[in-house]
Amino acid sequence: MDKPLTRNFRPDGEAVDLSAYERAGGYEGLRKTLRMQPQEVTDLVKRSNLRGRGGAGFPTAMKWSFVPMGADAPRPKYLVANADEMEPGTFKDRILMESDPHQLIEGMAVTAFAIQADIGYIFLRGEYRRAAERLGVALRQAKERGYLGSNILGSGFSFELYLHISAGRYICGEETALLNALEGKRAHPRTKPPFPQVSGLFGKPTIVQNVETFCNVHHIVNNGPEWFRSLSRTADGGTKLYGVSGKVNRPGLWELPLGTPMREILEVHAGGMRDGLRFRGLLPGGASTDFLVEEHLDVPMDYTQVQKAGSRLGTGTMVVLDDKTCPVGMVWNLEHFFAQESCGWCTPCWSGLAWTEKILLAMEQGTAEKKDLETLHFQTKFLAPGNTFCAFAPGAVEPLQSALKYFAGDFHRHIDEKRCPWR
Amino acid sequence: MNVATIHIENKAIQADSSQNLLHVLLSRGYDLPYFCWHPALGSVGACRQCAVKQFRNEEDTGGKIIMACMTPATDGIRVSIKDPEAAEFRQAVIQGLMQNHPHDCPVCDEGGECHLQDMTVMTGHCSRHYTFSKRTFRNQYLGPLINHEMNRCIQCQRCVRYYREYAGGHDLNAFRLRDSIYFGRFEDGVLENEFSGNLIEICPTGVFTDATLKHHYTRKWDLQMAPSVCVHCAAGCNVTVGERYGVLRRVVNRYNHHVNSYFLCDRGRFGYEHVNSDERIRECLLHGEPTDVGSAVTHVEKLLQDGDCIGIGSPRASLESNFALRQLVGPDRFYAGVAEDEWPVTLAALDMLRNGPAQSPSLDEIEHCDAVLILGEDVTNVLPLMALRLRQSVRQQPMEKATKFGIPLWLDQAVRELTQNERGPLFIAAPFATKLDEVAREVIHAAPDDLARLGFAVAHAIEPGAPAVADLSSESNAMAETIAAALRSAKRPLIVSGTSCRNSAIVEAAAQVAWALCRVGKPAKLSFCFPECNTVGLGLLKPRPLSDAFRAVQHREAGAVIILENDLYPRASRDEITAFFSGAGHVVAVDHLKTRTTDKADLVLPAGTFAETDGTLVNHEGRAQRFFQAFVPSGEVRASWRWLGGGLLQNVSERECNWSNLDDIVMAIAEEIPVFAPIEYAAPRKEFGKVAREPGRYSGRTSMLANLSVHEPKPPADPDSALAFSMESGPRPPSPALLPFFWSPGWNSIQSVNKFQSEIGTSLRGGDPGARLLEPTGRPDWAYVSRIPSAFTPDSNEWLLVPRFHIFGSEELSRRAPGIAQLMPRAVVGLNVNDGALLGLKPRELLTMSIGDSVYEVEVSLDSEIPRGTAIIPAGIPPFQEVSIPARGKLAPVGATANGVLR
Repeated sequence: MDKPLTRNFRPDGEAVDLSAYERAGGYEGLRKTLRMQPQEVTDLVKRSNLRGRGGAGFPTAMKWSFVPMGADAPRPKYLVANADEMEPGTFKDRILMESDPHQLIEGMAVTAFAIQADIGYIFLRGEYRRAAERLGVALRQAKERGYLGSNILGSGFSFELYLHISAGRYICGEETALLNALEGKRAHPRTKPPFPQVSGLFGKPTIVQNVETFCNVHHIVNNGPEWFRSLSRTADGGTKLYGVSGKVNRPGLWELPLGTPMREILEVHAGGMRDGLRFRGLLPGGASTDFLVEEHLDVPMDYTQVQKAGSRLGTGTMVVLDDKTCPVGMVWNLEHFFAQESCGWCTPCWSGLAWTEKILLAMEQGTAEKKDLETLHFQTKFLAPGNTFCAFAPGAVEPLQSALKYFAGDFHRHIDEKRCPWR
Repeated sequence: MNVATIHIENKAIQADSSQNLLHVLLSRGYDLPYFCWHPALGSVGACRQCAVKQFRNEEDTGGKIIMACMTPATDGIRVSIKDPEAAEFRQAVIQGLMQNHPHDCPVCDEGGECHLQDMTVMTGHCSRHYTFSKRTFRNQYLGPLINHEMNRCIQCQRCVRYYREYAGGHDLNAFRLRDSIYFGRFEDGVLENEFSGNLIEICPTGVFTDATLKHHYTRKWDLQMAPSVCVHCAAGCNVTVGERYGVLRRVVNRYNHHVNSYFLCDRGRFGYEHVNSDERIRECLLHGEPTDVGSAVTHVEKLLQDGDCIGIGSPRASLESNFALRQLVGPDRFYAGVAEDEWPVTLAALDMLRNGPAQSPSLDEIEHCDAVLILGEDVTNVLPLMALRLRQSVRQQPMEKATKFGIPLWLDQAVRELTQNERGPLFIAAPFATKLDEVAREVIHAAPDDLARLGFAVAHAIEPGAPAVADLSSESNAMAETIAAALRSAKRPLIVSGTSCRNSAIVEAAAQVAWALCRVGKPAKLSFCFPECNTVGLGLLKPRPLSDAFRAVQHREAGAVIILENDLYPRASRDEITAFFSGAGHVVAVDHLKTRTTDKADLVLPAGTFAETDGTLVNHEGRAQRFFQAFVPSGEVRASWRWLGGGLLQNVSERECNWSNLDDIVMAIAEEIPVFAPIEYAAPRKEFGKVAREPGRYSGRTSMLANLSVHEPKPPADPDSALAFSMESGPRPPSPALLPFFWSPGWNSIQSVNKFQSEIGTSLRGGDPGARLLEPTGRPDWAYVSRIPSAFTPDSNEWLLVPRFHIFGSEELSRRAPGIAQLMPRAVVGLNVNDGALLGLKPRELLTMSIGDSVYEVEVSLDSEIPRGTAIIPAGIPPFQEVSIPARGKLAPVGATANGVLR
């Protein structure tokens, strides 16, 4: 089975250097692209059914189609890699950048050509120091070899790509908050419309994509959309980096066909639950997704079917809950994180999450009351899409709302017994 | 304005589709709560308070929650405010805000006019379920004018959006995140922006409150208020003054669409305390001793009978008071109490506005001009509110891009994101660096004559019929071309100038530029920054120049002088003043505060301040506005016009000079002098009805004077206006000129002004108060000025002294307010770096200045932007408080014996 994203990875964990990357066929996609028309590239991506890998799953080519093209388009146009991977439980982009940094660069260069972007930024999570080092080296190498900069490989197309290290905070992973942060402003999101394709970075047309999304683009150019669709087990094209963390035998990351069922990933690749532990539930796509439980394990992990099951594919990195870990404590941990990361712009989010985490802590400490449970339910409705300014808060309450549904009894025990029964 | 039909509660109404729903619904009188939206700042969608339900069609019963402030009023949109889910949601937002909000209401200054209180009551939230602790903050010292109480913050973002984005301030920002965002400075210290006081009204809770009010705190409902006009500069901002127990407590903004709109400057907001000063004169003083009114009146009558009385009018006294004096002494014996180097420039400017084709714009029009040339003025310090509006004017051209991209102008952050730091053309030509320089496209610093030459060159570059300027450098020519091109290609060009440089050529050059634009088919606006609240009014009364008064006294043609509300010491040299006072046999001063002039007067009559009297002032635009008395002053204080023309004095002339009430004297002025004809329309007559000065909840009426007598006294009568010293109003709602305060059921805060506008952010229903007096004549025979000054050459012996005005300290009345006095800068004389080197001076060293026969020792500051050969003197700041800044002075380092230094 073809694993385009991880096929170059070295067993010793070191980064693939430029020569090795080229020997393995690297930058052929870029060369091919430069002989095409920008629209052709977008067409290939459209037919491949590539969807954004950052969590929202928006059809990638459709996103690009809103960028103004032609001589009258505002300049400069920007291309941004959202490498601010801070979703708790997610570590796929980290592996991609540390192991095969040129793959991201080539993907960005091809995308830049498709939308005729002039300048690119990799907005990198500050804590990813190893990735920063390795990307820095790779960018220098690529520039020296002429894959970046002005008049790339004599094509007439120019694209400058810079690495920007974020100063921190989860909300920078929200694409418009990222743009604000990149501009040096406070990192709170923007309303859409206007969309970044119209008024993005510095008010200019901008496309922001996740790292994993970019890493697929040049493979599509090299091998064609039919090939890309064939990698998947469902209608959405390509492979997916799936991860598993929690008390399983082999927590890790695997590149598998998009649409691989959860059970297969958990049992075949992650080796199932550790001895003595039973599976209770998991967050399929990182902290800000709804719990799925035993009955959902056969759901194929693609965008549509996980949504039908009542959750979201998100980043595709699963966080597993075992029966010896308190669900309330787990949810408290997550809500504590979210409350801390609220940017403070809109009332329901900054007030609701703070109240929520205080209640959950009180539950763990045995001082919560029945009405506190009602408040928790209320907050999951209050922090709904449309009620808040961006999708952060609705995502933040997804683990809570599903935990209240699937682990209701456990919440009641904390209140009735005035203690955490797991301690 | 595009008309759309929207459905609210299933009722179809007309709406402006270019607006957002919150704007439309508020304009139509619906009560919808909000916090982060502000009519001058637009929508950001942060607080989520203005939630309403949107339905797809009549059959849709569920609907979805949307934010009214972020939703365009598109044709056909269907919404409901009353929808139970939407109402519950709005309550839940308040609940969220209340989690951390302290139970401060009883001790919070905002209580009773708090937007948070109002919106909380409006949503119906009343039960507290949050039982955890609240986040708290340490407060900062932000200066003597504004109090900081961060625990009350609801994170609506208004303060930093206003302060940083609207007012251009830098030292206030948001720190931290989540539920504990901190709005403050990077460290304790005085807020630097001159419009920081508006934070008090912008903040919907009690985070930023009036620190001066705190010294004599009173609830809004306990204040006796009146519609008034600020007296600290010529902007003529409309204000509401509030009094209790005979003390003027505070000044707040009174919305006037054409003038100040939603904002005041800090001088106007906090300068009021001169009214309460210990130095107020409250009794008649004869040779320094208190005397009764009868004796004082007799004294004046005798002087008038002797027949050689002259009167000196005041640019800070009302039209009525000036007119009464003029009638009393006769128009040919009525003089301007304005310095000789300033007066001709003032008259020149007035002449331009009366006789040329360029219109004098309102402050609102100034905001909407899209290309501006400022010639010879430091607007921020001289007419501050205009500077605030000019900061918005540089957004006009960039905002056209937003419209092109389909972004509505009220979607504030999106517009600012698209336009980034782009600014339209603003050119500033001044003798020194000014605060507005930071938003200017080009800045030119040169001596006054050179500024005028640049102006004339711009006019010539716009229209070759205007005379060319000889011997202009290629640099200046290039700059003139650049400015001309920008003004000519703009849609609404504006020239701003003024009298600060004491240079008539500058005023003429500014007018020339405006006229050249009119000639090429661009109707430019021309605005002058006159210095004082009634400079224009006094000018239009055509008094004779002050030097003529000095001459009259010198030639013994004047035996007695009546000086109206004016300290003459800053108006002339010490020599001239000394000669004047010793030559004038008898001096009568009518004023409210002790000054050197009142000290010199034989007789002092206690004049009422703007808060204790009624009158008319004419602002820089030429708008006549009426201010009304808020309270009856103590002692023998009364309006100056009442002393001089209120029937106290026996009439010894054949002129009519006694009027029994305000309406009579207003009509007399309107009839006597044609340019003042419109002033009768500045406000309704007394016959209008009865308008209460006191809100319905005013307390203590029957107990206030109980220590004197338990019998409830009749409320004082007000013969001059429809306003009553009472809580009772007549049936007729007041016209805007008579509105003492904004209040509406459920809207106790200043946001209640929404209910009085015909549409949010536009004119008051019934028309904004005031009457314009100056309109362009469009005379076909106006001619270009051909007198162009030659280039300024520094004199090796003497420096050209150029005054620099300071918003805090240069103005006589506000200086007496403790908060303002605290913010007065130290006196520093500015010199060009090379001139400093010539004198052997280093920065901050002392230099000796000889001005006339006076010698001063002052600290020097060296600046490469100050034109060589000029010295910049801080106007009104000690030791220059009493000094009229004439043309020239000699400078030397302290202790040096360089040529020309005395002592």
